[in-house]
Amino acid sequence: MLDGNAIAGTLDDIFGADMTLAVATCSGCGARGPLAETAVYVRAPGVVVRCRHCDNVLVVVIERGGTYCVDVRGTTDLRSILGP
Amino acid sequence: MNWQLGTVVELLAETDRTASIVLRVPDWPGHRAGQHVDVRLTAEDGYQAQRSYSIASAPDDGSLMLTVERLDDGEVSSYLVGELRVGDELELRGPIGGYFVWEESFGGPLMLVAGGSGIVPLRAMLRHRLTRGSTVPISLLYSARSHHELIYRDELTAAAERPGVDVNVTLTRERPAGWHGYDRRIDGDLIAEVTWPPAERPLVYVCGPTAFVETAADAFVSLGHEPGRIRTERFGPTGSEEGSHA
Amino acid sequence: MHISRGFHGRHREAADSDRIPPGQYVTSGFPVLSAGPTPRVALDQWSFVIRGELDEPRSWSWEELRALPREDITVDIHCVTKWSKLDTDWTGVSIDTLLDGVDTSAEHVLAFCDGGYTTNVPLEDVTGGRAWLAFGYDGEPLDPEHGGPVRLLVPHLYFWKSAKWVRGIELRLDDEPGFWEGYGYHNYGDPWREQRYAGD
Repeated sequence: MLDGNAIAGTLDDIFGADMTLAVATCSGCGARGPLAETAVYVRAPGVVVRCRHCDNVLVVVIERGGTYCVDVRGTTDLRSILGP
Repeated sequence: MNWQLGTVVELLAETDRTASIVLRVPDWPGHRAGQHVDVRLTAEDGYQAQRSYSIASAPDDGSLMLTVERLDDGEVSSYLVGELRVGDELELRGPIGGYFVWEESFGGPLMLVAGGSGIVPLRAMLRHRLTRGSTVPISLLYSARSHHELIYRDELTAAAERPGVDVNVTLTRERPAGWHGYDRRIDGDLIAEVTWPPAERPLVYVCGPTAFVETAADAFVSLGHEPGRIRTERFGPTGSEEGSHA
Repeated sequence: MHISRGFHGRHREAADSDRIPPGQYVTSGFPVLSAGPTPRVALDQWSFVIRGELDEPRSWSWEELRALPREDITVDIHCVTKWSKLDTDWTGVSIDTLLDGVDTSAEHVLAFCDGGYTTNVPLEDVTGGRAWLAFGYDGEPLDPEHGGPVRLLVPHLYFWKSAKWVRGIELRLDDEPGFWEGYGYHNYGDPWREQRYAGD
């Protein structure tokens, strides 16, 4: 089990910017924190990002044939500070 | 963020199973201490494998350096440490990461805590602090299994002589004769002895295997340090059959 | 595409093609894949339940499960992440044994597990000798990393259907997608038709 730093490249591909500092709010327990500090499972048929406090699934990323399918329903809020 | 080709200009053996790879990357945009790159290898039949490696070089070092630990059944690490030759090209992209970075303007005091190959990104931070002539007080706590497994040993010994730099090493499995450093896995007491009190509000960066990072980060919080001033980066298996990565 | 001189990657056997579904390669290891933390459960707390479309839910404790007729089977397994492992040895109880005498109009099954994982399979795909509750692997108790104490074993489908840490199955009239199915993996998952993703 790693943290959001391990998927920084993937998240950059998807969102077009570094997302390690983006703050996610857990739909399960309301905990808020940077994606870098989430519990990330990368050895799976997809990437699973879980809340470190309650294990709720925050984000799932699946890659199929060059397309990323991203599910962020586990976060009620995802905020990233705009670049310069 | 596009894939680029870097050329290997130097290979350095660091320990029995760790080597540094110095690369010339023509369009390298520069990086910040603590960031990493993704490296991608492609076999002739099109099979690809990709891993992340922390950048060991400081932003002002001039060339890009990665340090890789060869893992027992690591398909990428056993290529990078063992097969790769000077003159080869390596496909990489980066720099990646905005959370686990330190730069001079962040101030300090700066507490760096490394477990095993977690020393790699922290070495970049230490070098950055030294080459910029920064006066931010800096303390490094480095945990390794044995003296032989200390990466950048000479460099860190020299750094410890610089003003404002404190380096503490703990060797958890075996020690050389006459060893005066620590000899156990990190715990709250050990950390308290080598770090600043919470009132000093150090910036803490912890990097290494997941269990190490969690133990260290929990210890800092238990000692009263602000969670918001502790940054963590966990290393571990990213390939489907591989062990930890550097 | 840049080719990395001298890189071959993990040994990939282009083995006996009759046994390897399209797009797969054979591995000698046994990769551990997981979508979350490994659950731990005390065996005296463990139970397996069949609930839903049947007159009375049925359940078994660990002791009761172990007392049922068991089978040693050897099967090939195929993971959607492209590795296949041939001739894997398992010990377990056939789902047919657990459903013996059950009268149901259900056509679908949803397996549920410690840690919250779920997966859905047609009822006919877990009966007729095609599925087991497995508690032994390679002659040893099934390791928690690989789904122990008990996992579902449905080797004719992609291995995400062989749910680790299984605690029960729900017999259903309607189909309910499980964890990976809900995120875009194929609802059925036949490796021989390469049904990896929804729409394949």
